Amino acid sequence: MSRLSNIGRWFGDRLQLGPAIRETAAHAVPRKSASWWYIFGSAALTIFILQIFTGIMLAIIYVPSASEAWNSLQYLNHGVTLGWFLRAVHGWGSNFMVALVLIHMCQVILFGAYKFPRELTWIIGVFLLLLTLGMAFTGQVLRFDQDAYWGLGIGASIAGRVPLIGAFLVHMLLGGPIIAGDTLSRFFAIHIFVIPGILIGLVSLHLLLVLKLGINDWPMPGRMVRRSTYIKEYHEMTRTDGVPFVPEAVWKDMFFSAAIIVAVMMCAAFLGPFGPSGYPDPTIVQTVPKPDFFFRWMYAMLALLPPEMETPILLIAPVVVIGFLILLPFLSGEGEKSWRRRPIAVVTLLLTAVALGTFTKLADYSPWSPVMDGWSGDPVPVEYLKSRSPLERQGALVFQVKQCRNCHSIGDSGGKRGPALDRVATNMTHDQLVRQVIQGGGNMPAYGKNLTPAEVTALVSFLETLHPANQSPARDAAQAVVSQPEAAGGAVKNR
Amino acid sequence: MSSHPARVLEASGEEKRDLSRRDLFAKIGLILNGLAVTVLAVPVVGYLLSPIVRGENGRYKSWVSLGELDEFPEGQTRLAKYQNPVSSSWDGDTGHIPCWVRRIQGEQFQVFAINCAHLGCPVRWFAQSGLFMCPCHGGVYYQDGSRASGPPPRGLFEYAYKVENGMLLIKAGQIPTLSTTASLRTRKTACQG
Repeated sequence: MSRLSNIGRWFGDRLQLGPAIRETAAHAVPRKSASWWYIFGSAALTIFILQIFTGIMLAIIYVPSASEAWNSLQYLNHGVTLGWFLRAVHGWGSNFMVALVLIHMCQVILFGAYKFPRELTWIIGVFLLLLTLGMAFTGQVLRFDQDAYWGLGIGASIAGRVPLIGAFLVHMLLGGPIIAGDTLSRFFAIHIFVIPGILIGLVSLHLLLVLKLGINDWPMPGRMVRRSTYIKEYHEMTRTDGVPFVPEAVWKDMFFSAAIIVAVMMCAAFLGPFGPSGYPDPTIVQTVPKPDFFFRWMYAMLALLPPEMETPILLIAPVVVIGFLILLPFLSGEGEKSWRRRPIAVVTLLLTAVALGTFTKLADYSPWSPVMDGWSGDPVPVEYLKSRSPLERQGALVFQVKQCRNCHSIGDSGGKRGPALDRVATNMTHDQLVRQVIQGGGNMPAYGKNLTPAEVTALVSFLETLHPANQSPARDAAQAVVSQPEAAGGAVKNR
Repeated sequence: MSSHPARVLEASGEEKRDLSRRDLFAKIGLILNGLAVTVLAVPVVGYLLSPIVRGENGRYKSWVSLGELDEFPEGQTRLAKYQNPVSSSWDGDTGHIPCWVRRIQGEQFQVFAINCAHLGCPVRWFAQSGLFMCPCHGGVYYQDGSRASGPPPRGLFEYAYKVENGMLLIKAGQIPTLSTTASLRTRKTACQG
């Protein structure tokens, strides 16, 4: 035992870190800040360390080559002992890390922790969020499957929309003229060396600033932040009502971090690794690429933005949002910290969360996309064919064969790009249906060139049967007047 | 702090002169390092710009064969594949690029890039309805490549083509985006329904 402490003393004499560590451990934090609300940052750090560790484990096997990456992932999943588990922990770890960084950010906003004097801590935090998202995207690329390939295609297309330097950006992003070996190699370097290096540096600075400036005090309604007095008040608070960080606060961080690691492992063990999905061969065009969970909201927005606004929004919105986040502590660096007195902050946060959540949810079933196998999947429901004329049944066939169903659902099956047609006859007359089919419009292609007159007649007669039994189809009142003047005579006379 | 070397040196005049000389040396050392790093930066930047330099003057694009004319029946649109003219052995199958070939009649063709003009997803041809549909954000194109509906800002990207010795050749080599269409024949007008 004494030999052990001798060795400890030997290292202590040479490193001379003891006093600094003791000082850090014992530094006073406001009593109320030793709270369960202050655990998300440390948990994000824990997951980051877990990611570095599992990342190195995966790099032992992974081959960053466009021709071999997918095979090496299959080998990791099926050939290497517990390779699937390490992949799963790394994949779920990335989801947890993005989530924890976002939750941490929300807590910081709600508690006004970005205000004076912690502006720089916040700004570094903004970059940590961006870098975390950068890790999520580049990590998705390293899982070199069809989603990764076409995700890169989306990235290149966005880069190509930048005026003047678009072509430059596309080629720099891809490392060449197409998505290929050079692309994967550079994303490997970015994911393995560049971003983690910057992350380690900025996380260290972020932590150093937390130590230097002190953890944010628990916000009290009415206790204002003033540049002239805050630091003095804070020191007074930690002196009179402070507790040492170790052990008063740190045990909560440690409990939560352990719980998060267990949660990641549970997800990994029970839900398994992510992909890889299909083999990254661009000539396999039967694919429906989708980004990973944390980029789904962006995927949805890209479909829903009006086309003419898309490029400006794509290029300007990120600058505005990031610029706003960086400037936030200078725009509201003083005043109330409590969420009870900051309704605009709370409402902005809630609206942002609801919007992102809604877009993410929408991306799950992407109603804006044609269902590529809608026409060859489910048949037309039997009740829509019962006691129909041969012409109407022929129309049902046209409806199916001409891929109408890729965009229009009937019987709850098919695309949601266009309106469901189960009761289309109740709001469109015969003439309107013919016009819509032939000329298109309202985001529907014109089918005039691809349907013979006979097919149009059949299709429209089928569509005219699509109405509930107790509801009559729409009819053109004016036409009734023209074709049966004596029956509608009264109406004409009254004019 | 009281034994800070600079303060000790300041004590005597002779050492003060020393300090200013060493100060000068330190500054020169800084400048030397700055120069060295600047010189080093030139090849490093050149190395990083390789994807641009290699592609200068249209060197990414060249004529590639899509096969014999007989493979493309008149009045039909078919998927064709080619090996990208710029590729390396470790590209694997990512070096194989698909495209849609529409033979209108005789030697009159339209060759469309696979990438949707919106955000580059692979469009699929539906012969029955004569439409290209994109699985990502709902872009739809007519058989001549013009935009039918959805978010694309223009029609499908088209390759320049020629027929030589009974073979269909296209000028290809880089992924088509709104700003890298140089090697592709650009369609100025997208049909606006």
